[in-house]
Amino acid sequence: MKRWESIEDKVIPTVFFVVLIFLWEYIVQVGLIERYILPSPTDIIKAFPDMHPDIWKHVITTVQEAALGFGIAILLSIILAILMDNVKIIKKALYPIIVISQTVPIIALAPLFAAWFGFGKLPKIIVVVLVCFFPILVSLIHGLESVDKDLLNLLKSMGASKFQIFKMVKFPATLISFFSGLRIAATYSIMGAIIGEWLGGKSGLGVYMLRVKQSFALDKFFGAIVIIVVLSIMLFKIIATLQGMLMPWEKEQNKS
Amino acid sequence: MNSCQKNKVLIKGVSKSFENLLIVDDISIELREKEFVTILGPSGSGKSTLFNIISGLIKPDSGKVYIEGEDFTGKTGRVSYMYQKDLLLSWKKIIDNVSMPLIIKGERKEDAREKVKKYFEIFGLEGFEYKYPHQLSGGMKQRAALMRTYMFSKDIILLDEPFGGLDAITKSKMQSWLLDILDRLEASILFITHDIEEAIFLSDRIYILSDRPARIKEEIKIDISKPRNSDVITTNKFNNIKRHILDLL
Ligand SMILES: Nc1ncnc2c1ncn2[C@@H]1O[C@H](COP(=O)(O)OP(=O)(O)OP(=O)(O)O)[C@@H](O)[C@H]1O
Ligand SMILES: [Mg+2]
Repeated sequence: MKRWESIEDKVIPTVFFVVLIFLWEYIVQVGLIERYILPSPTDIIKAFPDMHPDIWKHVITTVQEAALGFGIAILLSIILAILMDNVKIIKKALYPIIVISQTVPIIALAPLFAAWFGFGKLPKIIVVVLVCFFPILVSLIHGLESVDKDLLNLLKSMGASKFQIFKMVKFPATLISFFSGLRIAATYSIMGAIIGEWLGGKSGLGVYMLRVKQSFALDKFFGAIVIIVVLSIMLFKIIATLQGMLMPWEKEQNKS
Repeated sequence: MNSCQKNKVLIKGVSKSFENLLIVDDISIELREKEFVTILGPSGSGKSTLFNIISGLIKPDSGKVYIEGEDFTGKTGRVSYMYQKDLLLSWKKIIDNVSMPLIIKGERKEDAREKVKKYFEIFGLEGFEYKYPHQLSGGMKQRAALMRTYMFSKDIILLDEPFGGLDAITKSKMQSWLLDILDRLEASILFITHDIEEAIFLSDRIYILSDRPARIKEEIKIDISKPRNSDVITTNKFNNIKRHILDLL
């Protein structure tokens, strides 16, 4: 029963995806949409050999920016979450500001970063930190808040110290929520780097996309999008694997 | 009541209000060595609040909590306390859940595991040492929680409706099991329930609480000799006590 359901879960989206690709190919082949507006899937595949040696340095730049920004965002949100959880005043003062700050469109800010920090990697990393930081922080705070109050009282009744309570209960209880925040932030991280690069620079997938767009090489443009999707999925998978390793109890729960 | 038995817990005139609403009203209770005393009262009357006071989590507005003659009002870390929920840590194996109190007291994980191992047999959890809580049945989880409670302090144990969430069959099995192991535990136990039969079946004495604010209506001594088995539920003596309590409530 369960196994059939999980097969079903995989088969249905795969079939749907394949059908969509074929439909796309067909529409372009019969000329319903002109090639210079939308290249077909086979056009995109054919573009990859042409992209080959040139593209890698761009991929590496983007991955570096995304990974670094993601890492900084994780560190920053862990520190802030622990502070906010322990000192209620900090939480009361900061949380509303952080929430409001999220309504500022990063795309509008990105040109400013370029003006302030130049066209190197730094402004891109800052954009990544800004987009990744919020989902992680919110997931952490939510996780910390949702720890069963009775459980905390139980440990207190046993005379546990604040640090013991954090280590034995708060930290593990927050992991599930933390990882769901990480997964969202992971997909944002590549996107954040691309947004940063879009405004100029020497290398990166965003820069590459701008260049091929200007020379009307739409097939390569879409090729770059495929690479972005693949990178995001890979990052997503890495996080899921990490979660499985750090939370073995969850895995066994799903097995039974 | 044997007067040479020592007072393990003595609560004297304890009161507590929340937001100007009186919840616990001038309650005095005593628990003697190796006694099983039940606090029987309607839902929402303030039983758990009373336990929070005894365990030191809440300070009473007035009154004192003495443990073995020493003033423990508002001080945690002396008695072991089992909540209405099992509160097992889903991310820890049973053996580590049960070791938790020892680890809090500063023992190393391996030493704590070694110490708790021999109790798995008494608590009927042999073979489940290295399982996670979700792999256990409801009754087993309750026994694991009880075992963890026992590991913290073996002499004074507060049990807040430990079998409240179980189905009737599991519940009666757990009651018989608890009665069975009482001798081996050698503990003084305060027990909360709103199940009258459970109270009579397990206890040496029962305090009947009123509706909120909780006041003691009556103290009843159950002179049905121990060891008891589930047959006592149908005896006249048992039914008379039950009728008496029903009239009170
Ligand atoms: N921290 C608190 N702040 C405000 N009110 C509280 C607090 N704790 C308990 N109460 C109130 O005190 C009353 C008694 O609660 P308590 O949990 O002690 O009852 P109980 O007898 O254990 O009930 P049950 O049988 O349902 O477990 C309830 O009306 C509850 O709303
Ligand atoms: Mg209660």
